[in-house]
Amino acid sequence: MRIQFKTSYDHDIRLFKDGWQAFLYIALLALMVVLPWLIDDFFLGEATNVLIWATCGLGLMLLTGQTGQVSLGHSAFMAMGCYACVLLMEAGVPFILAFPLGGVITGLVGALIAIPALKLHGVYLAIATLALAILTDDLIVMLEPWTGGVAGKFAPAIEVFGLEINRWSSPAAWYYMALIVVLVVTLFYRNLLRAPMGRAFAAVRDSEISAQAMGVNIARTKTIAFGISAGITGLGGALMGLFAEVFNNETFTFIISIQLLMMIVVGGLGFIHGAFLGAIVIAFLPQVLSIATDSLGSTVAIPGLETGVFGLIMILFILFEPMGLYGRWLKIRTFLELFPFARKDMFRRQKSYLKTERLR
Amino acid sequence: MSLLTLDNVTLRFGGLTAVNRLSMTVDEGEVFALVGPNGAGKSTVFNLISRFYTPVEGRITFDGTDLLRLAPDEVPSLGIARTFQNIELFDQATVLDNLLVGRHRHRRTTLVEQMLHLPSVRREERAHREAVEEVIDFLDLQPYRNKRIAGLPYGVRKVVEMGRALASKPRLLLLDEPASGLSVEETQNMRWWIDDIRRQMGITVLMVEHDMGLVSKVCDRVLALADGAKLAEGTPQEVQNHPAVIEAYLGTGDAA
Repeated sequence: MRIQFKTSYDHDIRLFKDGWQAFLYIALLALMVVLPWLIDDFFLGEATNVLIWATCGLGLMLLTGQTGQVSLGHSAFMAMGCYACVLLMEAGVPFILAFPLGGVITGLVGALIAIPALKLHGVYLAIATLALAILTDDLIVMLEPWTGGVAGKFAPAIEVFGLEINRWSSPAAWYYMALIVVLVVTLFYRNLLRAPMGRAFAAVRDSEISAQAMGVNIARTKTIAFGISAGITGLGGALMGLFAEVFNNETFTFIISIQLLMMIVVGGLGFIHGAFLGAIVIAFLPQVLSIATDSLGSTVAIPGLETGVFGLIMILFILFEPMGLYGRWLKIRTFLELFPFARKDMFRRQKSYLKTERLR
Repeated sequence: MSLLTLDNVTLRFGGLTAVNRLSMTVDEGEVFALVGPNGAGKSTVFNLISRFYTPVEGRITFDGTDLLRLAPDEVPSLGIARTFQNIELFDQATVLDNLLVGRHRHRRTTLVEQMLHLPSVRREERAHREAVEEVIDFLDLQPYRNKRIAGLPYGVRKVVEMGRALASKPRLLLLDEPASGLSVEETQNMRWWIDDIRRQMGITVLMVEHDMGLVSKVCDRVLALADGAKLAEGTPQEVQNHPAVIEAYLGTGDAA
């Protein structure tokens, strides 16, 4: 176990605990940068897909993991981000502006939607946001002149500073674009967590009443969380639509919302790492399943196999590892660091003390 | 000089009168206790001051400001901080983060600055952490600094909650049963801390407490409540020996 010797407040503020941790993340980043030389175009596409899912997941993680508000409506924000970005591009706005602008628009709309929606709590909020997701599906069909309806839309060519980014002719460029987006989002996310706003998010999640007693404006904090969350997911949605090249209402059905929620639960709620680990699971599960069915000699696809297996994984995680993959890793790491002194119930969930004075 | 004034405050829940025409003043620099049997309305008075409840009549003022005009989350900005009877900490966050939430009212940076982690944010964070470190030193919380609340024993949580309130640098500290559930030793510590909070930090303390031993040691004045109404007010000894107080706790001799 490495002991940290803290000599200034900056030790607690900066991004990495110590040089070793910084080295590990820089090594990971270096690996990500050289990845296009290590794997073929097919797997590079899959890696890009992971990064796109991770971006969407980070958006939902901010809302659900950090602020404690469950949303089943994030496919709506993915759609919004995607259509906003593409419509702006079609209006002649260059991609480099249209993309962040799409995120900002989605964030603002998300914040507006949050004002009535966040009066609801827990499962009621989940149902209301699910309604939003289903409604968006219909809206895309109804607003055919702009959205292309069921026929869908073709993604316009992406050009950044004269460089064309196409997933077939330049898969590495696409991958780097997704990597940059996810890195910037992660950095913003981390910055929020180490600032008053991130602590206000956690305060709202854990105890609204004492958050209020400490001067946190609950409605405002939740609205901001919802807005930022929607904005990030909008960016992810725009990447997803552009990466798919053709998209319609089916690309952003409410099933995507549910997958997104499952993804962050399986990855580990409340951890940035969780969004990435969950994204790896969700992006590679279809490949693993098809390889598995192939090796079993089955030639036809089994309908519903993917959703079934994912549901099963989800149930197993909730039962046996509520902290998700990242939580499991933390346990393994603690076990190794303390070896042989780790105790079996070190991570046991404490029953919280009776809260009879709750005002709600 | 009176810091907090309740003037003829009444609160009803349906047919139940929780607080009945209560008037009281807390002076700057004193330690004031509310005592009374269970259900007397002590915590309700706290929730009125925190603005979780709105009285049907009466006025509450803090240093001349009408508290009833404020929303619950605006009350701390005046310099009022509180703890809760059953501990309301942020369970999934560390002790340090909990205390830092106490600094919420002192933040000056905007959301965009925070997202970009501009130097202004870094400067402010350092200042927050310095202020919180003083509280950690004061309450001997160093061993728990980076521990999550969810794994901490009850007594430590109680102290952390008081620390969170102190971190906001309040003028008035509301302590809801600071010694309930604490061991003899921990209660002793609490007594010294409350003394120091008043003497060193110059913070006025209003507390609800059942432990009359603690109350008589730290408090200047005591107000006894029963069924939401004032029974007696005065020094701890006066209140303890007041016939109406003895009756409320023990019943009258005649009934036996």
